[in-house]
Amino acid sequence: MLYAILCYNDENAVFSWSREEEEATMARLIAVQAPLAEAGKLGPVARLMPTTSATTLRKGREEPLVVDGPFAETKEQLLGFYVVDFDTLDEAIDFSRQLAVANPGAGAYEIRPLHVFRPGAGPT
Amino acid sequence: MTDIGWIEHALTSARPQALGALLRYFRDLDTAEEAFQEACLRALRTWPEKGPPRNPVAWLIFVGRNSGIDVVRRRSKTQPLPEEEAFSDTGDAEADMADRLDGSNYRDDILRLLFICCHPDLPATQQIALALRIVSGLTVPQIARAFLVGESAMEQRITRAKARVAAAGIGFETPGAVERAERLTRVGAMLYLVFNEGYSCETSGRDGSAFADEAIRLARLLLRIFPGEPESMGLLALMLLQHARKAARFDAAGQIVLLEDQDRSRWNREMINEALALLDKAIRHRRPGPYQIQAAVAALHARAATAEDTDWRQIELLYLRLEEMQPSPVVTLNRAVAVSKVEGAEEALALVETLAGRLDNYFYFHGLRGGLLMRVGRGAEAREAFGRAIALANSPAEAAHIRLQLDRLRQEALEPETHP
Repeated sequence: MLYAILCYNDENAVFSWSREEEEATMARLIAVQAPLAEAGKLGPVARLMPTTSATTLRKGREEPLVVDGPFAETKEQLLGFYVVDFDTLDEAIDFSRQLAVANPGAGAYEIRPLHVFRPGAGPT
Repeated sequence: MTDIGWIEHALTSARPQALGALLRYFRDLDTAEEAFQEACLRALRTWPEKGPPRNPVAWLIFVGRNSGIDVVRRRSKTQPLPEEEAFSDTGDAEADMADRLDGSNYRDDILRLLFICCHPDLPATQQIALALRIVSGLTVPQIARAFLVGESAMEQRITRAKARVAAAGIGFETPGAVERAERLTRVGAMLYLVFNEGYSCETSGRDGSAFADEAIRLARLLLRIFPGEPESMGLLALMLLQHARKAARFDAAGQIVLLEDQDRSRWNREMINEALALLDKAIRHRRPGPYQIQAAVAALHARAATAEDTDWRQIELLYLRLEEMQPSPVVTLNRAVAVSKVEGAEEALALVETLAGRLDNYFYFHGLRGGLLMRVGRGAEAREAFGRAIALANSPAEAAHIRLQLDRLRQEALEPETHP
């Protein structure tokens, strides 16, 4: 089954990493993804800009309201996601565990099965 | 990252909000800072083992408030009590605190903490030092190094600045809309001072490497708590666009590389993209301001694949707009650069000459004037202008850059003789 692994963390902390910390952490995360990529199971991987770059369109009224900032103000923010093909939930949890070791500290990974997935032919 | 590494980031990240809340409780900066410090020490002791609390900021405020109250109680045996309300609400801590955090208090807490650093009586350097010490939590030695002063001198400066802030009184009432807008404007200006101090550290070989990053981090924070402010978007975009060029700004020998000569592949595309996204957001508000306009100029440079592709006509118009909004000879000087590209050296020189007198002690004025004089073939005057520029250079790198142009001038002067 396809799963999305949604990465939540305190963006203030993440965006104050030094370049060295950033590169080291990214290298460790990529190493965790490598076996999945080799097995052809790793789908899109995305890292989001800070929530200050976000714009939200709120529905439910005749003229939707466009507001600055993320949809919800939370203590931890959605900062990125993976789409991965796992045979079992346990595999997904194990992958998240490895991500947590590679990128220790606060935050969370939400493991969420996909209903529909169209990889699209957009920019790669 | 080590355990301690992520905890330090979490503490730095929590600092403005937690310290801002503690300042509101204790109404005294020193007590608040001590309380926060104590909470951090406890975090370093307990978090590695127990893991981070679910809400690190609330945890720090809670622990800090309790330890601060202890300190206040101990002092109260020898000193008169502070205002009653400073510790009137010691009960049912956590639930009460969660309420407060969920309210809009924390925005004004953070803004207040930033705002007390930009007291108008404080000279710019003290505002910068205070913000870096209080809000960012940089150490005194770190700040002292950047300003090339001894640690005890810097310590004294910060203590004096704090005393001044305390004497002036800190506004603890929730600000109204006008007051809040005024605070935002002043805080924005102060953050840009911090950013520029980092920039001038860089040109003069001082270690202020953390300043620009700090300014950007705090500008992001400011925008996060007041997300609909187009000038805050503009300010963050402007800093990101300037910072994106950092790696290309100096050559291997440490010499300044002019914008038009920079290796654009070394510009940080992530920062540029974030800035462009922010500008797009800002423009939707149709409330232009000086930061947005300056960011728009920087964005035109960032969007040009090569220096030749730069849309100077648009830049000239933007500077014209900025001049209307914020008339200043420096802005006119910047417009003159655009004019020299669009209309030519003669036209630009005419504009530059109108600034003589007002910018007599300004390095860039003489540098640009010299370059323009050289282009219109007035070599002797160009040499004189370059001489003034060198005398006014803020750094060896700037002086070296002018000397390079002087050499070119000398070579051009020699050429007719060597190749008759």
